[in-house]
Amino acid sequence: MKAFAALYTALDETTATNEKVAALVRYFRAARPADAAWAVNFLIGRRPKRLVKAAALRQWAAEEAGIPEWLFEESYHAVGDLAETIALLLPDGTAAPDGDGSSLRYWVEERLLPLRGLDDAEQRAALVSAWRELGGRERYVWNKLITGAFRVGASARLVVRALSEVSGIPHEIVAHRLMGAWEPTPGLYERLTGADTGDADASRPYPFFLAHPLEGPLESLGDAADWQAEWKWDGIRAQLVRRAGGLWVWSRGEDLLAGRFPEVETSGAFLPDGTVIDGELLPWVAGAPLPFAQMQRRIGRKALGKKILAEVPVTLMAYDLLEDRGEDVRPLPLDERRGRLERLVAALPAGAAVELSPIVESAGWPELGEARAAARAGGAEGLMLKRRASPYGVGRRRGDWWKWKVDPLSVDAVLIYAQPGSGRRAGLFTDYTFGVWDGDRLVPFAKAYSGLTDEEIHRVDAFVRRNTLDRFGPVRVVRPELVFELAFEGIQRSTRHKSGIAVRFPRMARWRTDKRAEDADTIETVRSLL
Amino acid sequence: MLELTDEGLYCAAGRFHVDPWAAVPRAVVTHAHGDHVAWGCGAYLASTDGAALLRLRLGGATEVQAVPYGESLGLDGVRLSLHPAGHILGSAQVRIEHGGEVWVVSGDYKTDPDPTCRPFESVRCHTFVSESTFGLPIYRWPAQAEVFDEINAWWRGNADAGRASLLYAYSLGKAQRLLAGLDPSIGPILTHGAVERINAVYRAEGVALPATTYAGDASTRSSRDRAIVIAPPSAAGSLWTRRFGSASDGFASGWMRVRGARRRRSLDRGFTLSDHADWPGLLDAIAATGAERVWVTHGFTSVVVRWLREHGVEARAVSTRFEGERDEPETPGEGAPA
Repeated sequence: MKAFAALYTALDETTATNEKVAALVRYFRAARPADAAWAVNFLIGRRPKRLVKAAALRQWAAEEAGIPEWLFEESYHAVGDLAETIALLLPDGTAAPDGDGSSLRYWVEERLLPLRGLDDAEQRAALVSAWRELGGRERYVWNKLITGAFRVGASARLVVRALSEVSGIPHEIVAHRLMGAWEPTPGLYERLTGADTGDADASRPYPFFLAHPLEGPLESLGDAADWQAEWKWDGIRAQLVRRAGGLWVWSRGEDLLAGRFPEVETSGAFLPDGTVIDGELLPWVAGAPLPFAQMQRRIGRKALGKKILAEVPVTLMAYDLLEDRGEDVRPLPLDERRGRLERLVAALPAGAAVELSPIVESAGWPELGEARAAARAGGAEGLMLKRRASPYGVGRRRGDWWKWKVDPLSVDAVLIYAQPGSGRRAGLFTDYTFGVWDGDRLVPFAKAYSGLTDEEIHRVDAFVRRNTLDRFGPVRVVRPELVFELAFEGIQRSTRHKSGIAVRFPRMARWRTDKRAEDADTIETVRSLL
Repeated sequence: MLELTDEGLYCAAGRFHVDPWAAVPRAVVTHAHGDHVAWGCGAYLASTDGAALLRLRLGGATEVQAVPYGESLGLDGVRLSLHPAGHILGSAQVRIEHGGEVWVVSGDYKTDPDPTCRPFESVRCHTFVSESTFGLPIYRWPAQAEVFDEINAWWRGNADAGRASLLYAYSLGKAQRLLAGLDPSIGPILTHGAVERINAVYRAEGVALPATTYAGDASTRSSRDRAIVIAPPSAAGSLWTRRFGSASDGFASGWMRVRGARRRRSLDRGFTLSDHADWPGLLDAIAATGAERVWVTHGFTSVVVRWLREHGVEARAVSTRFEGERDEPETPGEGAPA
């Protein structure tokens, strides 16, 4: 635990990628496989399912710190992170001695996981005793593990780089081995870093290839004929893995979506063994997508009844073929993969919930620009541009795949509420609610957190502090003076929002210092975008 | 005895303001930080230790009446004396006595020791006016020796790797306290102009500081690569810092106790070192005054007020324009090289 907490600190204390990788390499070289497996597990963002109810955790921590609950909550709002708040409030612990009793494996397997299944009194006793045994830094990391909010300044990509450096195994192979379902056992760590590379696990998906937003002019991409254009859909990116008589659907977040999309699983079963398709799960009716909110409605259900399946049927829009008859075809050019994908999809029965993502044909860049402008009408977010000769890569790389979204919709709205952020924005007012005019009253219209520079955030924060009209818990009602241009991707009616409108991906495009509150848009203007 | 007016805390019986934020006829100033000093007052009164710093803030020509700590003087029938607040050089609590009633205005204070100023002195009173900058129990300062060990270890590590250490700290008070805790055997100590200007006053007042070089005069690369540079937070990210190449940077402030406060500044290191009292320090200081009434000014005001009320103290929030330890860059003028 000490070594792992020290690694956490080292990763936290530098912004330089090379230093982060160096810290990871140092850790993995020294760690026993049992500890290293857990470290990999946490570092790449897998979290233990929440073991202790947050409310109970707050209460016990407040009691152990000897403060009333309201003071704990005030502290939490200033820190913005439950694990850190607890670590800061508790009296100093006494660091555990070195040895197996201080290993990450011990703290996870013998102290953390057994918390599940204990009753409240036992959980409380176990937690308090852990807090007393751990030193400051270890206690913070331990709390992070318990709250399930373990995020560290190292992406999965850096972990892969470090493991690759430690083991000498190429990083694509390490990345692939990390996908899919596995348990953090010593055996896992040995498999990750082992020399034998013929060990494909049947369910395991491939790392996704991701697109960058198009930055330069289209012409910088060269000849339009070298590029394949498709619609950019707004659904759930997924891989369908058909191997060894089984079928698995994985989301990009590496969640196994078993049972969530029965229609896709039924159709996918017609694919030959040894097929992996990359695509997008979309709510799809009569050749067009439903708004993403419909998908959210469906995801929100625990049980999928007949009604919701009929109202929001889902299709896998197939983008690419990664494995064909057991062969990893990612190195083949896109053209070749697309040909194979077309043949596979064509062989499915009529009405299958796996469809081919249509190619947007054009005679050149100008025509493609027109197609993009019409994307929103067709329920798409824009276009994807993929180089015909390109292999299927790993992660987000520039060059072969670009996303070219339609310009966002935008509205000028007034800042009306502000709330402190969390993490690196803790204690700063960074989470804002914006209103638009409905007669002479501002009606809350959207929340946005991103889009401002650090300097702007500090200025807004200072404004909030000096212009607070009222408080509701952490929320400040502020003098309605600041106007921001909010950009968003989609807009639709909603019964759950006060304004009667819900927008998708709202963010601050610009601080309109040139506008006064009365110049902001009205609800009528917003409705006209529907 | 005191009332809150548009200009600040006012003592009608003595006809003076304490730390006013507008020009008033007579100002008693607790210390020379910008948020406690207003320009253009008719007369200024400060502690003997702090008078020179106040003159520097106001411009050399301004008259400042200097009063030694503990010396009592009469102002229109009010007895007034100044007592060390432990915040920075010359910082004072103002004790006001009138008709058998005693008030103490703390200004900013800390209870931790500091070699660059006189330690906080507890003064019994009926009403205590306390700051609350770090009035939350998450703010508990680590032992100072540990913090200085951390800073020196960081500096040594950087020096051995051949890169400069850029340490941001408020130019008045924090910078000098840091200097006093650095280990000069590690390498040269360079300072930003705003810091060096204040160092001169500290030295003139007899505070022992290690030798420093104004960064503008340190010409050779070799002297910079092992150096630690003390600069105001406003210098962070400025052109001025580029001369030090790929330096490691850090910030010394009480706010660094919370990870997010460091992360959002994108700094390599945060050192928890404050010239304000932490939560236990505030509560202990308030209790030691024996005050039955407490006015709580700038900081986590509502938290401290509620805590005190729950513990049987009559407390109220007083809305001043004091800022305490800022989490943001200082005003640009303050950080500009002399």
